[in-house]
Amino acid sequence: MSDVASDVIAIIAKKKRVARPNVEVSDRLADLGLESLDAVEMIFDLEEKFDIQIPYNANTNNPRTEFETVGDVVKAVENLVAQKKS
Amino acid sequence: MSDVSRVVVTGLGAVSPLGHTAAAYWENLKAGVSGIGPITLTPTPEELTQKVAAEVKNFDPLKHFPERQLSTLDRISQFAIVAARDAIAQAAVTFDMPLSVRTATIIGTGVGGQTTHDDSFRRVYLEKRTRVFPLTIPKLMVNAPASQVSMACGLRGPAFAVASACASATHAIGIAFHMVRSGQVDCAVTGGAEACITFGTVRGWEAMRVMSPDVCRPFSKDRMGLILGEGAAMMVLEPLERAQARGAQILGEIVGFGMSADAADLTAPDQGGMVRAMQGALDDAHLAPADIQYVNAHGTGTAANDETETKALHEAFGAHAEKLAISSTKSMVGHALGAAGALELVATLLAVRENIVPPTTGYLGPDPACDLDYVPNEARALTIDAALSNSFAFGGLNAVLAVKKFA
Repeated sequence: MSDVASDVIAIIAKKKRVARPNVEVSDRLADLGLESLDAVEMIFDLEEKFDIQIPYNANTNNPRTEFETVGDVVKAVENLVAQKKS
Repeated sequence: MSDVSRVVVTGLGAVSPLGHTAAAYWENLKAGVSGIGPITLTPTPEELTQKVAAEVKNFDPLKHFPERQLSTLDRISQFAIVAARDAIAQAAVTFDMPLSVRTATIIGTGVGGQTTHDDSFRRVYLEKRTRVFPLTIPKLMVNAPASQVSMACGLRGPAFAVASACASATHAIGIAFHMVRSGQVDCAVTGGAEACITFGTVRGWEAMRVMSPDVCRPFSKDRMGLILGEGAAMMVLEPLERAQARGAQILGEIVGFGMSADAADLTAPDQGGMVRAMQGALDDAHLAPADIQYVNAHGTGTAANDETETKALHEAFGAHAEKLAISSTKSMVGHALGAAGALELVATLLAVRENIVPPTTGYLGPDPACDLDYVPNEARALTIDAALSNSFAFGGLNAVLAVKKFA
């Protein structure tokens, strides 16, 4: 697992509202019980951790439908981190 | 009912993104003018992601206050005093004894003197200065607008601030209404004030991810969120007998006030809490849902508020919901947080008085989740006997006022 993946998983795991020991890249976000404020806090944590800007408006974006799985979030963050380096 | 008074409004004042008097504000609302524009009030707007807000424009404090008084007044208190003076001038009431000690000053604000906060933090954290201005604390305290209005207008009765975020002014006016109705006071100067367009506050709102990048389109498809506003609105309330005895012009009547707490999510709106506040206002007013023609909605322009408020209107009004004219004046003046309820009650009172519903501007077309009549884009002539003004705050605190045409 990449460093980004393990960091993203740790951040998402902090916000999950269901009882399960681990969060995996294959987990569906919808199954983790994230509420809208959790998403906003999670995005802040990701931006802070990776020094990236994630365009997100709670009125028009819904991470639970735009990102199916934890792995999708990892990919999106990896892309933003790569863009920052290039 | 014989032991309580009818409560009438005899003066209105407003400092708004659409003008510095209640009359200018109302004329522009009816014309559908937008008060939203580029942020200019912070020293470094180019650093902000959010580019627009509804600022009070061309407000020159020296037009209203001597220079030495300004060292005591944050922008929020300047707005509050100017609006209160206008309301009192229109009411043509003189606060000599004993009325002075029998008059309440109850003013809502969400966040208090944010300009003073921001400037002081900039000095100590950014510029590493060791001193801030001596009156920093009494300028930024949330009761500053109430204290300053009481001092500026000579009001010596009960005076305090009410803070319930976006419902502050509605709670303040509601409490003042009940104090006048019960005879605890003989008059009240009440309303709300906010001056929250500062670098730090805008950054805070950016972090909530709920602001629209351009315009505010309440209840519309493709709405993208709220726009921050600022300003103040004040009104003079008095018992009907007193107003009539002194031959005052009566602008409208406040008849009901309802409050509730969601006790649920910190920021997500709650249909049940909204419904209980609306029903509380109707019950307090002895009105049935079918007696209402107009609702000035909370209508922030966020996806969540507008959908939930629509559901709450359906539940509170039943089949009559479809006959209501509903509009959000936040589409034109943004969300002035603790002042919003007062600015909106001024609009509601004048809508009832003139039988004109101000529009919801920026409306692009229906959202399936918002299926009522939002008076899109153009004001509408409508005979209004009674109306509600809704305010639903972060923290789940809800307040609704009911007004009637004075007859």
